[in-house]
Amino acid sequence: MEKLTNKDFSSDQEVRWCPGCGDYAILRAMQKSLPLLNRKKEDFIFISGIGCSSRFPYYMDTYGFHSIHGRAPAFATGMKLANPNLSVWQITGDGDALAIGGNHFIHALRRNIDINILLFNNEIYGLTKGQFSPTSKKGIKTKSNPHGTTDEPFSPSDLSLGAKSSFFARVVDTNPKLMQKIFVEAEAHKGTSLIEILQNCVIFNDKTFSSITGKEVKKDAQLILEHGKPILYGATMNKGIVLNKFKLETVIIGENGITIDDILVHDAYEQDSTLHAMLARMRPPEFPAALGVIRSVKRSTFDSDMNSQIDYEKRNAKFNNVNELLFSGDTWNV
Amino acid sequence: MQSKIMNNSKVVDLEKVVIKFAGDSGDGMQLTGTQFTDTSALLGNDLATFPDYPAEIRAPQGTVAGVSGFQIHIGRIDINTPGDIADVLVAMNPAALKANKNFIKKGGSIIVNIDSFNQRDFDKAGYEQSPLEDNSFEGYNIIEAPITKLTRETLKDSKLDGKSIGRAKNMFALGIVYWMFNRPMQQTESFLKAKFKKSPELVEANIKVMHAGYNFADTIEALSSSYTVLSAKLPKGTYRNVMGNQAMSWGFLAAAENAKKELFLGSYPITPASDILHELAKHKNLGVKTFQAEDEIAGICSAIGASFCGSLAITTTSGPGLALKGEAIGLAIMTELPLVVVDVQRGGPSTGLPTKTEQSDLMQALYGRNGESPAVVLASSTPANCFDWAYQASKITLEHNTPVILLSDGYLGNGAEPWKIKSTNDMPKINPNVAKEEDNYFPYARDKKTFSRKIAIPGTKGLEHRLGGLEKEDITGNVSYDPENHEKMCKIRSEKINRLSNIIPEQKIYGKESGNLLVVGWGGTFGSLYSAVGALLKDDNSVGLCHFNYINPLPSNTKEILSKFKRIVVCELNAGQFANYLRMNFQGFVFEQYNKLQGFPFTSIELEAHFKSLLSK
Repeated sequence: MEKLTNKDFSSDQEVRWCPGCGDYAILRAMQKSLPLLNRKKEDFIFISGIGCSSRFPYYMDTYGFHSIHGRAPAFATGMKLANPNLSVWQITGDGDALAIGGNHFIHALRRNIDINILLFNNEIYGLTKGQFSPTSKKGIKTKSNPHGTTDEPFSPSDLSLGAKSSFFARVVDTNPKLMQKIFVEAEAHKGTSLIEILQNCVIFNDKTFSSITGKEVKKDAQLILEHGKPILYGATMNKGIVLNKFKLETVIIGENGITIDDILVHDAYEQDSTLHAMLARMRPPEFPAALGVIRSVKRSTFDSDMNSQIDYEKRNAKFNNVNELLFSGDTWNV
Repeated sequence: MQSKIMNNSKVVDLEKVVIKFAGDSGDGMQLTGTQFTDTSALLGNDLATFPDYPAEIRAPQGTVAGVSGFQIHIGRIDINTPGDIADVLVAMNPAALKANKNFIKKGGSIIVNIDSFNQRDFDKAGYEQSPLEDNSFEGYNIIEAPITKLTRETLKDSKLDGKSIGRAKNMFALGIVYWMFNRPMQQTESFLKAKFKKSPELVEANIKVMHAGYNFADTIEALSSSYTVLSAKLPKGTYRNVMGNQAMSWGFLAAAENAKKELFLGSYPITPASDILHELAKHKNLGVKTFQAEDEIAGICSAIGASFCGSLAITTTSGPGLALKGEAIGLAIMTELPLVVVDVQRGGPSTGLPTKTEQSDLMQALYGRNGESPAVVLASSTPANCFDWAYQASKITLEHNTPVILLSDGYLGNGAEPWKIKSTNDMPKINPNVAKEEDNYFPYARDKKTFSRKIAIPGTKGLEHRLGGLEKEDITGNVSYDPENHEKMCKIRSEKINRLSNIIPEQKIYGKESGNLLVVGWGGTFGSLYSAVGALLKDDNSVGLCHFNYINPLPSNTKEILSKFKRIVVCELNAGQFANYLRMNFQGFVFEQYNKLQGFPFTSIELEAHFKSLLSK
């Protein structure tokens, strides 16, 4: 197979996001990740809905489809079912996936169809110029709610784990290396791989994630989970997470008799999602925010289940062409 | 009922007869009707059926609202409708009698389950006293059969529970009607054996009760003669009985096979279209992929996704679902992908009359989208030709890469008729318009004649490109906000549809080619219009029938046909949508209207009377 590079995945279209938008970093990370997947260029397909992030497919030199608002998971489902050999990537935002497209989003996760979903979460509507989204922090003042929102936000992790998501990862748009690593793991996972990307909107919601991504705080505010490893963070990796009476707690190794053996070890493969949900809910200032692959469990996929049914029916069929069906059953001759 | 008494026997030979089974929605009338249909079809009768049932699965028992009916018209002559009024009515309770009192021929036979004619059931049906005892049904041949009692008596030694025994009474009624029309019971016996394979007691009980009904009819003196309807004189060939939704499903299967495509159906259950999903879901052995989506929108969007990735993709729905699919149809028009949207119409607006028929989605199919968004619109017109129109819709969409909306309706979808089976080898070839690997590919370059673009399927090396709902630049398909390009593309999309009229066959006319009255119809009203016009032609009236299946574009000779008649009457089960469409397209003609919005098909009698009055003016 010919060796591909990031240049093979850049289309000739001018990228039109705002200067400084977090989307640029995600686009670059994706273009660098695809050559690592050892797949033919023509087998990638990018599908999006509507919103700033949904322009993404135009900038990728792959097959692409910029569809309608909120419905990308349904298109992606049809694509994967029609051709199981394709590597299907859905690009969506917090409005597209969680407001107008909430229904399709949860059903894709429930079915566990083998696609990858990149959820660009910037907690605001960008393309329509600054209204609050289903993930905006409660009370935020926007054009459509100048006195502060009265909407309780969704937690994308809780919503997706409730919908039986088999793969949930989180990353920040300022960490391209981690993005690449997660994209590669997402493609390897069989089932719906959901990646929440905390992405900064410089125009309408600048610095909404600064408590996580700010240079001064990030060492203590980000925790990168790795399966099978103790959950540690901090500039010198001396801080950790323990489970105490059904609640998570932060501890410092060496203080109060805490040793490395007391620290929780991350198990992304555990079917029970309780701990995954608790880890995903952690937020500064009480906790660092959990990044990396939080959950990755084996579960049969909708597409392979359907294809095995079809294979079985074909092998055990009474007839295998349409004429035999048309002339089957009760017929009579005139 | 035209009849002649045969010599030396009490068997009366009928040319055609209409039978209606009516009872509570839990009484099994649909099954009873279907069994009578299948048996008659195997005997070679021509036939047409009309199931008429309430929207609720089990509407309040014993009430008029809960009555479920199944009408069948059988004959040894050409049968085109399920019949206007019944010669024989089976009424399982007073409500069934009340609901059908206006649809039974004066002097016809009414078989009633007399066990249900008690004060409690009169109250539920809204009768003060027994309608059999006042003069309401004077002059009818009322056959009082103690169906419930005799069913229980027949099964008194059965191990079945009381509920199952009660439910077998429809077989008693079927037995009576089988005797009346001299039908063999073997077909139903084999059906019961297959249906209740897992419960031999149920098989035995149902067969026993059916025989009891048959013998009851043979014994009692109320039935002075039995009838027979001989085989119809149909063209030579192999026949089967088909329902519209089934024929539609098979048409898509045939098209996919001939186009060498996988068939993909994305759909959400909705009455009366769900049977297409059910039928196609059965045929995984033929490689069909059916996807029951989370909603109507996901149904069509999954189909568009599958279409982009190389399937023959369809979505099936009814009126409210078509409304939800509007935005996605616009996307399929903008991206110029193949897609068939089937709308099995029902009464509207809103939830309307889910189980009743209507033709009121025509304007929605033509225009129910934002922007200038022309789609091909076709309509099937008989249960059996749903096969042909599903095939034709697939052929057009795959060869021209433009979405097709195919209109059927509840009456066609649930109706049945004998079908002279068409082999897939006899269907026209389908050549999907797809770009190959070596093509110098421009996604929006088009054929000079048809204006259709070539699609490139993901997985094809070197043809990577992006589609989407934003306006496309001519030829390259890149996003374009250029004002002149937008106007040009709108014109191209419209012209592409118009140019199909060069390819589709000319409109045919039945009856007189010119004259006093042109009857115009479209879609599911064909049977009633054809029968009514046929009757007028027998009396040498100057009348022709022009019945449309191609709605957009219209056939190229439409104007010529319209100009050959003094008067034009457009008949449709809506408030005049096709009439308005014709007015818009053909100015200078006067289009009179005949419309009905009652959830029922036209009767041939009402049409004939109306046409006569027009002809006499």
